[in-house]
Amino acid sequence: MATGKASNDGVVLSRLSKAYGRLRAVDSIDLSIRRGQTVAILGPNGAGKTTMLDMALGLTRPDSGSITLFGMPPARAIAAGQVGGMLQTGSLIEYLSVREFLTMIASLYPRPLQVDHMLQLTGAAEFADRRTNKLSGGQTQRVRFAAALIANSDLLVLDEPTAAIDVGGRREFWTAIREVAAEGKTVIFATHYLEEADAYADRIVLLARGKIVADGSATEIKAMASGRTIRATLPGADLAQLASLPGVTNAERRGEAVTLNCASSDNALRALLSRFPEARDIEVHGAGIEEAFFALTVGERDDPNQPTQVQGAR
Amino acid sequence: MTSTIYLRYEVLRNFRNWRFLLLSLVFPLVLYLSVASANRHATINGIAFTVYFMAAMATLGTMASVVSSAAVIAADRSTGWTRQMRITPLTVGTYFSARVLNGYLRAVLTIVLVGLAGTALGVRLSATEWVTVVGLLLVGLIPFAVLGILLGHLLNADSSAVAMGGIVTLFALLGGVYGFQIAKSGPMFQVIKAIPSYWLVQAAKAAIGHGGWPAEGWIVIAVWTVLLAALAVLVYQRDTHR
Repeated sequence: MATGKASNDGVVLSRLSKAYGRLRAVDSIDLSIRRGQTVAILGPNGAGKTTMLDMALGLTRPDSGSITLFGMPPARAIAAGQVGGMLQTGSLIEYLSVREFLTMIASLYPRPLQVDHMLQLTGAAEFADRRTNKLSGGQTQRVRFAAALIANSDLLVLDEPTAAIDVGGRREFWTAIREVAAEGKTVIFATHYLEEADAYADRIVLLARGKIVADGSATEIKAMASGRTIRATLPGADLAQLASLPGVTNAERRGEAVTLNCASSDNALRALLSRFPEARDIEVHGAGIEEAFFALTVGERDDPNQPTQVQGAR
Repeated sequence: MTSTIYLRYEVLRNFRNWRFLLLSLVFPLVLYLSVASANRHATINGIAFTVYFMAAMATLGTMASVVSSAAVIAADRSTGWTRQMRITPLTVGTYFSARVLNGYLRAVLTIVLVGLAGTALGVRLSATEWVTVVGLLLVGLIPFAVLGILLGHLLNADSSAVAMGGIVTLFALLGGVYGFQIAKSGPMFQVIKAIPSYWLVQAAKAAIGHGGWPAEGWIVIAVWTVLLAALAVLVYQRDTHR
């Protein structure tokens, strides 16, 4: 089971809360991450991912609760060079070349990686001598990423590192992270790309409205949503009635087709056929992680009629 | 020392930003050359105008040099660079050291240029007099270096340029930089003497033996430094602890 017991050795968030006005951005979160784990913080926009990570990095002061990184307060772990991070937004300082910039960042850490090696690994070598203010958005992102990795720190915190990066680029990012983080490093990354969490994390923490709604391996997360979807052609059926069928967690309609997300597809299918014998073209699918994501975060919304947008490859 | 590499690149980025550098150097130099050459035979209270105005322009230029750290800090805050730095082992002290170091390097460059212009217009000071005037200027600039850090956290990138210009001009005016003093006696003079830029202008007079830097001057500089530093700490904490 990935949900580890509290340990001083990794990252521990205890009853962490932060509100902005009436919005509870992070609502009493307990999370402990063992040293060496790669954890994805997955959630829709506004789920509290960035607020949580900013607090873990000591950038935002929590209203209540506590954070320790390797048994220390964030500021102390950062001062000791044990933390490398890439924030969601931020630019580079100007009037330095990419190589000079990375050399400067590396000089701040006790055991940095080689600048040339990092340039190669992140694909920044080809523009290493260009000034930081003359880079494209994608190039800037690569340099920011290289600056986080070059720290060679025990903990790597990445807030949506591959946002605005194409799929090919994303794969390169993850190859680099895997190489750098190979020896027992702890990696925490926020993402709303479901396939990224599925492919690269040992553990997925699903956040919605400032709360952890699921926590486990990708397989466990899928199992929690029980992993089945029933699709059928059923004109004019009442959605509320469909949603209340045994085993169904949620129902939606697209034209004449209805989709039932199921906790138990066996029970749902039996009930569907007995109550709606006119249903035809019935298909039962094993849910991808995006269905799991949908099933777990829906119901956390104010307006149940508003469709949840779920991004991700099908 | 790990911070030497950091400081080296901070200095490099300061000197590569030549537009910023040029603007802080050109104004006092051009003003000095035009005004002092037109009045090169005049005297103010028995002091050659070329010497008086050299000290005045050095005061103006060096004040602007160290206060302009505010623009760099405000820009670093607005681009998110400050937050990025806060998750590295770089200490706030080292970051501020870089700002003060760059401010002082710009100030020294200003003094050299204005000094050369003065020499070209016939100003002759002994080595001791040069050391005295430069030394007093550098000490007198301390509260202004702190003011730069304070303003950098108080203002945003857009407002910092306007505010810096206004504040430097105000201090210059009150300190007697523009060739006249608002008051030479009475209660108003007591107020003027409590302003640090007044003592910057006095540095040159002290060097050539006219008046001097009594204990009062040191106290004014020290008190302003302490007060501005306390304010800077408050503003910094408000800015970062959100």
